[in-house]
Amino acid sequence: MSKEELKAYLELTFPTCKFENSIDFPMLIVEKEHFFAIAKQLKEEPATNFDFLFCQTAVDYTTRFEVVYHLTSTQYRHDLVVKVLLEDRENPVTESVYSLWKAAELYENEIFDLFGIRFLNHPNLRRIMLGADWPGYPLRKDYSDEFILTPQS
Amino acid sequence: MEVPNKLIPVEDAPGEFVINVGPQHPSTHGVLRLRVKLDGEQILDIEPHLGYIHRGIEKMSESLGYKQFIYLTSRMDYLSAHMNNQACSLIIEKGLQIEIPERAKVIRLLMIELQRLASHQLWWGSAGLDMGAVSPFFFAFREREQILEIFEETCGTRLTMNYITPGGVMNDLHPTFVKTVKTLIKQFKENIHEYDKLLTGNIIFQKRTQDVGVLSKELAISLGATGPVGRASGISCDVRKLHPYDGYEKLDFKEIVMTKGDSFTRYLVRIEEMKQSMHIIDQLIDNIPEGDCRVKTKAVIRLPEGEYYQRVETARGELGVYIVSDGNKSPYRIKYRTPNFSNLGALQYIAKGSKIGDLVAIMATLDLIIPDIDR
Repeated sequence: MSKEELKAYLELTFPTCKFENSIDFPMLIVEKEHFFAIAKQLKEEPATNFDFLFCQTAVDYTTRFEVVYHLTSTQYRHDLVVKVLLEDRENPVTESVYSLWKAAELYENEIFDLFGIRFLNHPNLRRIMLGADWPGYPLRKDYSDEFILTPQS
Repeated sequence: MEVPNKLIPVEDAPGEFVINVGPQHPSTHGVLRLRVKLDGEQILDIEPHLGYIHRGIEKMSESLGYKQFIYLTSRMDYLSAHMNNQACSLIIEKGLQIEIPERAKVIRLLMIELQRLASHQLWWGSAGLDMGAVSPFFFAFREREQILEIFEETCGTRLTMNYITPGGVMNDLHPTFVKTVKTLIKQFKENIHEYDKLLTGNIIFQKRTQDVGVLSKELAISLGATGPVGRASGISCDVRKLHPYDGYEKLDFKEIVMTKGDSFTRYLVRIEEMKQSMHIIDQLIDNIPEGDCRVKTKAVIRLPEGEYYQRVETARGELGVYIVSDGNKSPYRIKYRTPNFSNLGALQYIAKGSKIGDLVAIMATLDLIIPDIDR
């Protein structure tokens, strides 16, 4: 499906979700509660067939976190960005997509390590880079330590 | 001392034990630690532990300008420095809607394909070394050294070039560039059959790699494997074909896709890719357009607010750069989707059940670059 066709299809299929126009990909913004069901549908529905999770990351907007999923289909070659908003900054938690895309195992470990976002039903959630004893989560905007060479302006 | 009068029963002393491969280990080519659970020689499970060379490049980039953080990307996958620089340059050019001169595009493609050759040559030599064949290393370095000299002449450095910048390339080609590249390609075309003699047709090498570490197509898709690893498992994932950039759409070259997915197939894909890279250089080297090699950009770049994503094909797969901009002079968030990070995910699935010696063969053909994983 082309970018416009995909957008029209998604608007019809998920009327409760919000859409935003990004420069590169269509962007779908999903509530935390409905996220896993929508992700599953996007992957398993033959018309969309998003079988390839090529990037998963998070962004800290100081009041909330967003987990960003970049999806593509090896069959149709259309791309989609799915975003989950996590309003609870003190205890950010969302559903793991490991059961849908195995690539998520390492991506989610990295996000947990650097942002402190927990993923439910993840097979082995651990601090993959910094180790269990590192204080704080470096990619959060309020992180600071004595080694930071260039403090945020 | 009391001597036990009978042997310890088997159920109290299972044959499972855990060893650490790395962080310092010759076959990891860097500081990667693998926690390997073994039953005798057989691998039961692998858990990768990263971070031994984690420099926080993404965090650092949040406080650097758009022209500054590009220099850090040469230190991620240091064998694909040109491609990493190019990915950042392309995303900035997309954000600012700059059209770069044709000459700059051709110079970029030439440099990138030379870099791909150099990277695959180093991989070929070290893959042989990992499996006990010492001579290939010297044969590989014979050509690689010449490519690095070409880089040194034009870019000033041999490894972390920082040559491709937003708006084009840093400076024009060295006057002898065309001549030396032609000599190099002619020589490498004559020499590449030695690669087949030394390793491809070597019965020991074949036995070590054939049917070892088989990655099925379904698993490769699920794991997000790209580059030669994905293409050896039958996924068509060459960004140069799927989402052409900098003029790849005008060139004639084949995407190498094979289906078997074992270590030997990954080896063959890279050998064929070297031939395709030479074919691309052949088309470009006599057709470098005249003109400027870059357009001027502002000293302080500010990307318009929004989200940007750019992907390029490095020597190891798809590199994605994801930038969230809030309109300031440094990116609000930058994420590098690196090919090695995703390809590392395959290791625990394909090495499970094989012997510990095969782990080295699998690691060699996955071609992992650790600084690219840790960032």
